[in-house]
Amino acid sequence: MFTNFFYQLRQEGIPVSLTEWMTLMEALSIGLANSSLSGFYYLARAILVKSESHFDQYDLAFQRYFQGIETPEQLSEQVSQWLANPLPEKLFSEEERNELLKKLGLPDWESLRAALEERLRIQDGPHHGGNTWIGTGGTSPFGHSGFHPGGVRIGGKSHGQSAVKVAAERNYKEYRRDETLGVRQFELALRGLRQFSTRLEGTKDQLDLDATIDETCKNAGQLKIIWTRPRKNAVKVIVLMDAGGSMVPYARICSQLFSAVHRSSHFKDLKFYYFHNCIYDLLYLDASCNPRKAIKTEDILQSLHSDYKVLLIGDAAMAPSELLMSDGNIFWDIGNTEPGITWLKRLSQKFPYHVWLNPIPTAYWERGHGYQSIKMVQEIFPMYELTLDGLDRAIKKLMVRK
Amino acid sequence: MTDQYIFQGTEDYIVSKDLQNSVNISVALKRPLLIKGEPGTGKTMLAESIARSLGLPLIIWNIKSTTKAQDGLYVYDTVQHLYDSQFGGQNVSEIKRYIKLGKLGEAFKAKERVVLLIDEIDKADLEFPNDLLWELDVMNFYIPETGETITAVQRPIVIITSNAEKELPDAFLRRCIFHYIDFPDPEMMTEIVKVHCPELEGQLLAEALKTFYWVRSISGIQKKPSTSELLDWVQALTIGGIAPEAISQELPFLGALLKKNQDFDLTLRQLHTRGMENPTRTSKRGW
Repeated sequence: MFTNFFYQLRQEGIPVSLTEWMTLMEALSIGLANSSLSGFYYLARAILVKSESHFDQYDLAFQRYFQGIETPEQLSEQVSQWLANPLPEKLFSEEERNELLKKLGLPDWESLRAALEERLRIQDGPHHGGNTWIGTGGTSPFGHSGFHPGGVRIGGKSHGQSAVKVAAERNYKEYRRDETLGVRQFELALRGLRQFSTRLEGTKDQLDLDATIDETCKNAGQLKIIWTRPRKNAVKVIVLMDAGGSMVPYARICSQLFSAVHRSSHFKDLKFYYFHNCIYDLLYLDASCNPRKAIKTEDILQSLHSDYKVLLIGDAAMAPSELLMSDGNIFWDIGNTEPGITWLKRLSQKFPYHVWLNPIPTAYWERGHGYQSIKMVQEIFPMYELTLDGLDRAIKKLMVRK
Repeated sequence: MTDQYIFQGTEDYIVSKDLQNSVNISVALKRPLLIKGEPGTGKTMLAESIARSLGLPLIIWNIKSTTKAQDGLYVYDTVQHLYDSQFGGQNVSEIKRYIKLGKLGEAFKAKERVVLLIDEIDKADLEFPNDLLWELDVMNFYIPETGETITAVQRPIVIITSNAEKELPDAFLRRCIFHYIDFPDPEMMTEIVKVHCPELEGQLLAEALKTFYWVRSISGIQKKPSTSELLDWVQALTIGGIAPEAISQELPFLGALLKKNQDFDLTLRQLHTRGMENPTRTSKRGW
């Protein structure tokens, strides 16, 4: 039952698997939903949805599937008269429940609804302890204080708010993944940047069993314990971020990436520099791009080992002159004897692991502002869009030599 | 049905209906309960509360970045074994003496049912949850050194908390019941604070809560203050003898709420520029 709900969920993009669906069926069959819609809402959500970022989609699917099935007000008034003098709550043992379950089976929601409508039409008064009419203490699918494996509770003890109403509130909208790109997600993506190695400095605090046995043998059976270093991440990263004026619209996403990179403590080494539109003789230490707080690009190329992975972030949209001419630097007072493109090429040759992340959506790379320079930069660096997806792919790229 | 275990919260831990349901579902279905939520919403406290409410012992397995799945099952003390065999005196042929059960092993071996808290599972390596799949599924594991299989005497109630520092693998998630602890709304928060500081004055609490939700609603706050910080703050306000009217005007002891100086500056700036005269600016839900 509720099979269409399963497909509705998958259609909304929630990765529900069959295993989880079977778990839900198992839960329903032992009566965990309390035969109420809100019970079902929380039960199904706990079992099927495994991330708060999917709660909103769940609410939407739930709303769509269960829309209009709430008992209307006037209807429940009439029914509540029938239920006015209920039988005492009847408790069913597990065996009884199982037997009933076998006998009655799990009805699907559509036919249950039809049946309820029919009963409401033809039922004339209270019926208690039976198995068909709306009443109490029996095994009819409708009523309360009884048991039916897939029944609808009408009246009786209520459990919380109406589920459809809860779903309609869409309280989890802000957790959606495809809409919010937070620091956290960037951090998660950056964790992909790792490569374990034991050949690092650090304390030797793990027992190397093989070496211990070898050495003990060589030592004529006198125990000699050999320690080794634990494996550690060996990845070293250089991040170069464009702080130019054309990056202002993307300041938010860049600052999120910035915090994510800085909070990622798992790199062996992290260098963070800024540039203005394109890379020339100097790399700046902060976003103000003050030449007094800068180091020579040449020094970076000379002093850092080529196993650093380079992550460039910028829109790469500039006047072609900024890229191709000497003295093309947009700051007139800082001349450059060599064109920017030469520096970019040097960087890419020195550090074979490199990617360029561009906050401009891919669709505009070929025809938007700065398409010429984007194309030229793309020839030097593999370029990805600055989204979670793009970052994921960029990081995969960084892990393999091209 | 496992009706004998119905969790209903304890008097010092206010639990929402919703969360109570999730706990009971996971107990009835015998599946681990994965709890996520903002830091400071009482994820760890939940396990303690469950244990107390059901009258079961609690075993806590704190996960650190260096924790391996193996540590939870058992540790074979090789070095001790080697030393003993070198210097004699002990019965070294009995390997069992050098096998020490981890927290998971302990929970399996326990004679009565226990509550096992696997705290902050996301701190560990990415592969960690996958390494535990089998053990949590069938509730047994094999020790090759002794040829012994440890099987759970009573299936423990497993509570797993995560701060979402890492994504957990799908195969692992599929086996869990998931619950996201919402940040409490003002009414529930009032209850929570009252449980922890019962002697608190009503007006002080109301003012403190108003300010607290206002601070949380400032856009751009990096580390939003949480329940535990509110509790500290309220206590500081009481001890400092602050008049309720002064709270929203002066934000005394703000350091108890905010832990980053950028947040501190931002909040003070907001206070000076806009003041608190219009708290309806914040969204309907207050956070």
